[in-house]
Amino acid sequence: MTLTTTAVLVPLLPFLGAVAGLLLGRRTPGFVRPLAVLPTLAAAGLTVAVAVGQGGGPATDVATRLTPTGSIPIDLALHIDGFAALIAVLVGVVATCVQIYSTGYLRDDPRYPSYAALVSLFTAAMLLVVYTGDLMVLLVGWEVMGICSYFLVGHYWETETARAASLKAFLVTKLGDVPFLFGIFALAADTGTFRITGILGSVVNRGLDHPTLIALLLLAGVAGKSAQFPLHTWLPDAMAGPTPVSALIHAATMVAAGIYVVARLLPVFAASAAALVVMAVIAAITMVGSGLAALAQDDIKRVLAYSTVGQLGYMLGALAVGDRGAAVFHLLAHGAFKALLFLGAGVIIHAAGTNSLAAMSRMSGLSRRIPDAYWTVTVALLALAAIPPFAGFFSKEAVLGAAEHAATGAAHGIPGAAGWTVLVSGLLTALLTAAYAARLWLLAFKGRGVEAPDLPQALNSVRAGETPSPQPVVMNAVLWVLFVPTVALGLSAPLLPEWFDGRSLAPTLTTSVVGTGIAVVGGLVTYATWRHTTALAARTPIGAVVVDPDAAPGLAEETAIATHAPVYGDNAGAADPADPGRLLLGPLHRHAAVGFHLDAVYSALFVRPVRAAATLVRFLDREVVDTYVRGAGTAPRWLGAAVRRAQTGNVQTYLGALLAGSLVLAIAAVLVATGTGA
Amino acid sequence: MHLAYPAVLAVLLFCTGLYGVLARRNAILVLMSVELMLNAVNLNLVAFDVWLRDTLHSGQALTLFTIAIAAAEIGIGLAIVLLVYRNRGSSDIDRLRDLAERPDGADADGTPQPDTQAEATA
Repeated sequence: MTLTTTAVLVPLLPFLGAVAGLLLGRRTPGFVRPLAVLPTLAAAGLTVAVAVGQGGGPATDVATRLTPTGSIPIDLALHIDGFAALIAVLVGVVATCVQIYSTGYLRDDPRYPSYAALVSLFTAAMLLVVYTGDLMVLLVGWEVMGICSYFLVGHYWETETARAASLKAFLVTKLGDVPFLFGIFALAADTGTFRITGILGSVVNRGLDHPTLIALLLLAGVAGKSAQFPLHTWLPDAMAGPTPVSALIHAATMVAAGIYVVARLLPVFAASAAALVVMAVIAAITMVGSGLAALAQDDIKRVLAYSTVGQLGYMLGALAVGDRGAAVFHLLAHGAFKALLFLGAGVIIHAAGTNSLAAMSRMSGLSRRIPDAYWTVTVALLALAAIPPFAGFFSKEAVLGAAEHAATGAAHGIPGAAGWTVLVSGLLTALLTAAYAARLWLLAFKGRGVEAPDLPQALNSVRAGETPSPQPVVMNAVLWVLFVPTVALGLSAPLLPEWFDGRSLAPTLTTSVVGTGIAVVGGLVTYATWRHTTALAARTPIGAVVVDPDAAPGLAEETAIATHAPVYGDNAGAADPADPGRLLLGPLHRHAAVGFHLDAVYSALFVRPVRAAATLVRFLDREVVDTYVRGAGTAPRWLGAAVRRAQTGNVQTYLGALLAGSLVLAIAAVLVATGTGA
Repeated sequence: MHLAYPAVLAVLLFCTGLYGVLARRNAILVLMSVELMLNAVNLNLVAFDVWLRDTLHSGQALTLFTIAIAAAEIGIGLAIVLLVYRNRGSSDIDRLRDLAERPDGADADGTPQPDTQAEATA
């Protein structure tokens, strides 16, 4: 097979798998699992083949005219360079892991067939976005991902939280997509093509007419998709979806699409210094704000969600200083360890029977119950906190190094202000990241109190005498698969530059020492605080677990999400005095727990005016428009009642009236004819 | 003969018929009055046909048509009157007002009218 055929098959296979799954899922339950896993697995294998075939060499471009539009044509184009090939491998591997994990996680779920098909469709859309060379085709994949995300976040639609979260995710990302669409049109109008290669060539040769406007319009879409301030609020709420969905969509792939698009179109953004500064500021606000918010969350998945927002901020920051190699490197590393963290969180939630960190901190022995999750999640948290030698260290140092490079003015065409903004906020975020990673680890695994509930025993024909298999084997096996890149991806740092722009990604000494030092300080401070507060935990019993320990993983999580608000008072935070985050943040904690009131601001700015407008429209409809409609009915009825009185039933009366009428008409006709009456 | 004589005679006949249709109560007399009006028309047709010296005599031909139709009409009309009389014991036009619009849809309620009672017993 040529490289092109292979690359075409990559998005096609999961798509066909999704179609087949949707068509056959209900009728032939036996085929659902193979149909879910095998196409994705094959696509993952093909992405590796594409990456090997591409081999970091020059980009492969193939195109066929999809449709003549009269002005700017739309092409079915493939553009495979080092970025696309490597990100596709990440998407393929994570999607395969998630599909395999889901077979265990949602094994008793009645809606598993449609769920698996949607995940496949989502994977196909993401791979299309990665491989395509045409912005219009990219937009198709982009929107398909949006709608799949809507359906998958709302998978537990019986719970109010999930319904609200899926709507919110859809609306907020659409809010960004509208400017994104306009940005694509403006870009095509300026350059005369939708092809990415053509656009980039045109930017280099002639420049753009409106670089800042286009960059900011595109940036709005990216902020929506990649959950950057101020459109990030959907991502923490989207944790109401099943854990594998969070891992796939909200950590490794869909949110990465926005970063990927900016990386692809970086020369467009770099054409405008203002856009770069705006990007840097957005990234800085996102990073620091999400780090603070993550410290205050009680739901383990919400901590990870805010962490995702922050890491995406790192990537956007790297792009703002013009180093897309560093951004994509961090994207790859983050995709691996964040998928691992989410899938591990799914195991933890299942084992603990709750998603509340406050409850877990009053539970001892959780780490002994789930040793696989304990070790892999520990390493992934170290990678998240950028502790050497794990993957996160290398990628984050690449970002910080690029920022330092720009701050010292060594980068051509990048404003120093952007460099300083990213560097300072990046270092601050490294501190916060280490702090919330340490807090999560301490609360989840080092809790003290009653023993963690027994894991369900009766899963896959456990016989007496054998070691009980407490959790589906696939769930733990997948963790170890993702463990490999989490540990080892950093070693690829010397190899990657030839796949990317050729700029070195090796950590520089200054940023490495400073960054690691700050991270260690953050972790140690959190540990000290935890030692201080943990005594309080015994005095405040809060660890109510309401989930049936025998429940299947998916059901356990659904129950945990649904009961979090009634048990702990809020979806996001818990009133737990033993939380080290509470002590660390001080008075900020209250605001950080609710995401710095951004939802309240949105509510005041958008929701309430829209509600008021809806009330007004209802009033206009009911009281004004309907009055006319009712009047149109009432007037003829009165008229009819009046005319009805003439209907006496006496034929002679009718005839008399007829005669009188004819006479009047005849006289009128005669008068008109003779001209005397006119 | 001057045209005025048949024309005036036709007017007199028509007015008599019109008066009969509008004022008589007996249905048979009303039908007879209709015949008078028809014949007034016939008279006009013949008179004008002669006066205009129409070579095709279309007026006279039309008169024959009218007479034939009048015969058919009076046959059916008398049959209807006969049936109405058999059903209701009366052929008074004034009392045959089942098609009147009664206020508040009283007819739909089935409040018995004298005439419908007669119909029910027949």
